[in-house]
Amino acid sequence: MTKGKVWKYGDDINTDVLYPGRYTYQILKPEEMARHALEDLDPGFAPAVRPGDVIVAGKNFGCGSSREQAAACLTYAGVQAVVARSFARIYFRNAINLGLPVIQSDGACASLEKGDEVEIDFAAGEIRSPRGTFRFLPLPESVLGILEAGGLLEYTKKKLTAARGRAD
Amino acid sequence: MGQTLTEKVLGFKAGKSVQAGEVVTVSPDYILSHDNSAAIIQEFRKLGVAKVRAPRKIVIVLDHIVPASDEKYAQNHKSIREFVAEQSIPNFFDINSGICHQVLPEQGFALPGKLIVGSDSHTASYGALGAFATGIGRTETACTWATDEIWLRVPETIRIDLEGRFRAGLSAKDLSLKMIGDHGAEMANYKAVEFAGPAAKDFSVGARLTLANMSAEMGAKNGYFLPDDKVRRWLRGRTRGPYEAVLSDPDAAYESVLRYDLSVLEPQIACPHTVENVKPVNEVAGKPIQQVLIGTCTNGRLEDLDAAARIIRGRKIPPGVRVLVIPASWEVYREALKSGTLAVLAEAGCVILNSGCGPCLGAHEGILAAGEVCVSTSNRNFRGRMGHRDSEIYLASPATAAASAVGGKIMDPRKFL
Repeated sequence: MTKGKVWKYGDDINTDVLYPGRYTYQILKPEEMARHALEDLDPGFAPAVRPGDVIVAGKNFGCGSSREQAAACLTYAGVQAVVARSFARIYFRNAINLGLPVIQSDGACASLEKGDEVEIDFAAGEIRSPRGTFRFLPLPESVLGILEAGGLLEYTKKKLTAARGRAD
Repeated sequence: MGQTLTEKVLGFKAGKSVQAGEVVTVSPDYILSHDNSAAIIQEFRKLGVAKVRAPRKIVIVLDHIVPASDEKYAQNHKSIREFVAEQSIPNFFDINSGICHQVLPEQGFALPGKLIVGSDSHTASYGALGAFATGIGRTETACTWATDEIWLRVPETIRIDLEGRFRAGLSAKDLSLKMIGDHGAEMANYKAVEFAGPAAKDFSVGARLTLANMSAEMGAKNGYFLPDDKVRRWLRGRTRGPYEAVLSDPDAAYESVLRYDLSVLEPQIACPHTVENVKPVNEVAGKPIQQVLIGTCTNGRLEDLDAAARIIRGRKIPPGVRVLVIPASWEVYREALKSGTLAVLAEAGCVILNSGCGPCLGAHEGILAAGEVCVSTSNRNFRGRMGHRDSEIYLASPATAAASAVGGKIMDPRKFL
C-alpha cells in the first residue's frame, strides 16, 4: 500500500480547471500532460505532487466536458486516487477507464485536510489517516479488474489475447 | 418490487434481474460515434485486433464539421471513410445526412427497449423513443468496437410528472430550462430521468427528443419517455427490425418524484455561462443581439423550424443581426423545403446551412467575436463554446430565438402571437 499526502479542494472541480481546454486538442506526452494538471486551479500542485498523493474534494468532481485528459493528467502526475463526495458521471467512467481510482466518501471529505498522510486499502475499502479510518464501498470486481490492469485499453488487450489463446 | 424501464433493459441485456446500484456488463444494440471516430480509430489500433467485433452494430454519422472546413477535418473524415470500408461497417452516414441524434431515430436505430451507447454526451436523446441510451468516452468506444461489451452502473431514477398544457408560445425547451434552473445542472447526476405524468402523452416525438436531449444537461445518464402509440406510429416505416416496448412497472422504485404544471410556465432563457443560470425571458428582454442560431440536436426539427417561421413570416431580419437556420437532418431539410418553411425563413433574410452541428460547438459556420451575443436553441452556453471567450450565449426555445431574431434583441415570443 502506498502512502501519500492529501491535496484538498472544493465542490464542482470542473474538467477545464483539471486540464485546460487550450491543451485538449494538442497531442502531448504523458509528462507534459502531468505538468498542466490543475493548472488553472492550483499552480502549486503540478510541481509539488508526489507519486501516491491523493486528491480530496467535494461534490460533482469532474463536471463539464467529457475530455479524458482530465483524468489522464492526474494518473500521469502520480495521483493514487481521487476521493470526493460525488463524481460527474462521464468523469467517473473516464477515470476508471484510464486507471485512476475514484472513491466516494463523505466522511473522508469532511475530515481530511491538506497535507494529511493517508493510506488507501482498496481491497478492504478503507482510507487510513491520523484523523481516523474512513470506510468506502469497494468498487465492483469487474471495475476493479480495469483499474488493476491500468485502464480499459490494457484490460481489453489482455482479454482479447486470452480469448485468442482459448481459440488457438 | 417493480422495475423501471432502465432496470428492465439493462437486466434483459445482463441476463438477470438487476437493481439500481449494480454494475452490469452488457452488449449494446448500437454503438454511435461521429467525427470523433477519427480519434477512436487511433485508440482502436492500439488494441492489436484487426477487426471490429460487430460491424453491424457500429453507427457512424459525420455531423460535427460538415462539409469539412479545413485540411485537418478533411483528413479526419477521409480516415473515417477508409476505416468504414476496411471494416465493412454498413451503417455510415456521410456529410449529407444530418445530426446523429436526429438521424438515428429517423433511420430506425433508436427503438423502444434497445440499448444504445454513443461517444457523445447527448446520446441520451434516444430515450425519447423508449430506448436506454447513454454517452460514453472515446477510449471505451474503441474498446466496445473490439469486444462488443461495456460495463454500466444501473442508475437510480428520478420521475418527473408532467401535467397541464403549454400556453401559446411555450414548448418543451422552456420546460427543460425551467427544470435545470430550479434544480441545478447536477440534479440528475449519474441517474435516469423518467418523463411521465398525465401530460407526457401529449408530447410529440420531437418534443420528447428535446427533453431527453436536455437531460444530459441535468447530468443524467439517460432520460426517457415510456413508449406509447405516438411513438409506434412515428416509427412505422422506419424500424430496422423488430422491437419490444419496455415500460416501468407501476410499483417501480424511484429515488424521487418531481411535478411540473405546464400551464403556469413562462418562456425561459439560460443566461451566460451555465445552463442552470435560467431566468424568465422577460427579465433579460431588450438585450441587443448579433446572432441567432435555430437548429442543433436540441431544437432543429420540423416543428421547431415551423415555430420559428410562424413568428418570422412576413417580417425582415434587421440589419446587424445574423440568423443561422440548420435543419437537424436532411429529412427535416427536405420536408421544410416542400412545406415552404425554408422559403419563409430565407425570404426574411435567414441563412440556411447544411444539416449538422453548425457553430454549436465552436468549430465552424458562425463563430462569435469578442463581445457578441447569440440567442441559440442549442443545449450549452459555456464560456467560449461558440467562439471568443468574451462572447455570450443565451439558450432558448425556437419561438424565443425567432422573436429575438426579428426584434434584434432578446424578446418574449408571445409579443408576436
